[in-house]
Amino acid sequence: MSENLLEVKDLYVNYKIYEGILKVLNGVNLTVKKKEKVGLIGESGCGKTTTMKAIMRILPDNALIPNGNIFYKGRDILKMSDDEIQKIRRENISMIFQDPTAALNPVLTVGAQLMDVIKYSTDEELTKREIRELAIKALKDVALPDPERILKNYPIMLSGGMRQRICIAMALISAKELLIADEPGTNLDVTIQDQILRLIGRLVEERGISVILISHALGAVKGLVDKVYVMYAGDIVEMAPTEKLFSDPIHPYTQALFKTVPKLTGGGIPEAIKGRIPDYINPPKGCRFAPRCIHAMPICMKEKPPLKNIEDEREVACFLYE
Amino acid sequence: MVSYVAKRLFYSIFVLIGLSILIFTLTRIIPGDPARLALGPLAPEWAVERLREKLHLNDPLPVQYIIWLKNAIQGDLGESLVSKRPVVKDFLTYFPATLELVIFSTIIATILAILIGAVAGRYANSWFDNLARIFTYIGISVPGFVWAILLLFLFGYIWKVLPTMGQLSPGLPRPPVRTGMMSIDALLVGRWDVFIDHLKHMILPALCLSIGRIAQESRILRAGIIENLKKDYIAAAISYGIPERRIMLSYLLKPSMIPMVAVMGMDIAGSMGGSYIIETIFNWPGFGRYSLWAMLNKDLNATIASVMLMGMFFAIFNIIVDVIVAYLDPRIRVMERAT
Ligand SMILES: Nc1ncnc2c1ncn2[C@@H]1O[C@H](COP(=O)(O)OP(=O)(O)OP(=O)(O)O)[C@@H](O)[C@H]1O
Ligand code: SF4
Ligand SMILES: [Mg+2]
Repeated sequence: MSENLLEVKDLYVNYKIYEGILKVLNGVNLTVKKKEKVGLIGESGCGKTTTMKAIMRILPDNALIPNGNIFYKGRDILKMSDDEIQKIRRENISMIFQDPTAALNPVLTVGAQLMDVIKYSTDEELTKREIRELAIKALKDVALPDPERILKNYPIMLSGGMRQRICIAMALISAKELLIADEPGTNLDVTIQDQILRLIGRLVEERGISVILISHALGAVKGLVDKVYVMYAGDIVEMAPTEKLFSDPIHPYTQALFKTVPKLTGGGIPEAIKGRIPDYINPPKGCRFAPRCIHAMPICMKEKPPLKNIEDEREVACFLYE
Repeated sequence: MVSYVAKRLFYSIFVLIGLSILIFTLTRIIPGDPARLALGPLAPEWAVERLREKLHLNDPLPVQYIIWLKNAIQGDLGESLVSKRPVVKDFLTYFPATLELVIFSTIIATILAILIGAVAGRYANSWFDNLARIFTYIGISVPGFVWAILLLFLFGYIWKVLPTMGQLSPGLPRPPVRTGMMSIDALLVGRWDVFIDHLKHMILPALCLSIGRIAQESRILRAGIIENLKKDYIAAAISYGIPERRIMLSYLLKPSMIPMVAVMGMDIAGSMGGSYIIETIFNWPGFGRYSLWAMLNKDLNATIASVMLMGMFFAIFNIIVDVIVAYLDPRIRVMERAT
């Protein structure tokens, strides 16, 4: 577990909107090693999905990347040719989208979409029949009953849980090395969400691939990942091995976050920390958490705290640990 | 799907009955005595009176309507006061030419609307999109007959590469009438020269009927494409590594076309309406021109029949379009089944 598979370095992403420029990602740093399971948590709107879309190079047209690198096995995804990134998407990295209903095309059958993913996931010329068999197997792998029927169905005919499983099946086909799971099961009820998360955990384990798991279900994240990144307003504020992070969070934001979550129940991230995520058009100049931080010092208003290694496998971005 | 169509047909009947009451009343209350108009100013008063009696014009309006409806249900729409033939016969003679023109213009309109709309939407704000935008504003605001006059002037006087009048160049034989659509009739007897010449005659009138539709439909498609390009399912398809061409054609175009196809029913009907004037201008011997004549001459039966028959096709086209929309959009099919 030493080789870095993915290395996001000092990544900035802005969105151009009518009112101005949203400076969302503010120098994100994040690494994923081979077979490593990585959690990513943070309030709604802090830029988790933005980071993942940047990795897949599928940011919307109004997004700009003023600075940063995303190294995949040492090659910068942001500088790859279309053919190269296309190959990575087809074979190496894949993403489970946050909202499975939106991620499935409403006018194509599940079969048409799933079989397209299979067809283009390899350079081999598969026959129609082989593709179909692989599709059925993919649906069985995510524990969907009656796959033959599901192939013929349109997404609207299926339940939310089934759509979620289909999205997982589609993503797994081309995630031969890294799976990105963006809040899987969030819109579903808690027991189904739990099943979905455990399913992803098991499949990732079986296939020996790496995963970035974004989730609000802190309890579930705890049992599934090796290390956790905490994100706040476009910054990675803390990273630590899972056990350490939950038993001894050191960044003021992480501490506030956990304090508001009743221990062990594994509830979602509440909005109960005082204040709100800052406005991205005019974000705070120094530490973006400063307006809400109970430890804020004068320097926090002026400078951005860098993400620093403070002990083995542990990073934090806060002037308290200078 | 069958019950879906049956339901639409059932509703259409009510629409058509409503339409018939409206047009029936309108034709009777506008000034001018149809019997006098039919017989001319020199006809003696008793002859006019006899015709009035024959047409039931002296009866109260509701009675007249019931009589008309009873005959209409049996397929008898009365006699034209101008051609002196049963209106239904006139319809069968003239309508195929109109249908041919409308179908041809629909083909032109649909192909061009899809091409222009798809490219303009995919490359929004490019030079092509800007050009298309200018075309759209002009296309939507200028009515068909103005195009007709412009095109007539252009091709009739300045650049004589396309015929501007009638259906066939002098010297070419009319193919024997089988379907009434000359292009098909020409093909049935294997006369390619006649077929091509006839198509050339169709281009200008069909274009006049199409320009507004191309403008409107391409605009709707463009909006759909821009809207859907932002959808997660497109980003997802890209993230699975599906090639761009495949994404454009099946993941993007299909859902984006739904709103465009939905207005096509109205647009085809609009072309039918437009044919009244366009056929007259281009001297196209279709049912539109016939109907305009009927109206100008207060030919009661022919006027009502033309409106009703056009209305019927209007309804049929809309049902066809609804079926196509349901085919494109499974959400509609699912909802339909649920009700
Ligand atoms: N296409 C876009 N145009 C403009 N702003 C955007 C766009 N996409 C995202 N944003 C903004 O960027 C910020 C980060 O969004 P992002 O979706 O990355 O957050 P997130 O952490 O995934 O949140 P959530 O937990 O709600 O999914 C938000 O303030 C959001 O409003
Ligand atoms: S850098 Fe300052 S403001 Fe930011 S979290 Fe640390 S103490 Fe609080
Ligand atoms: Mg998100």
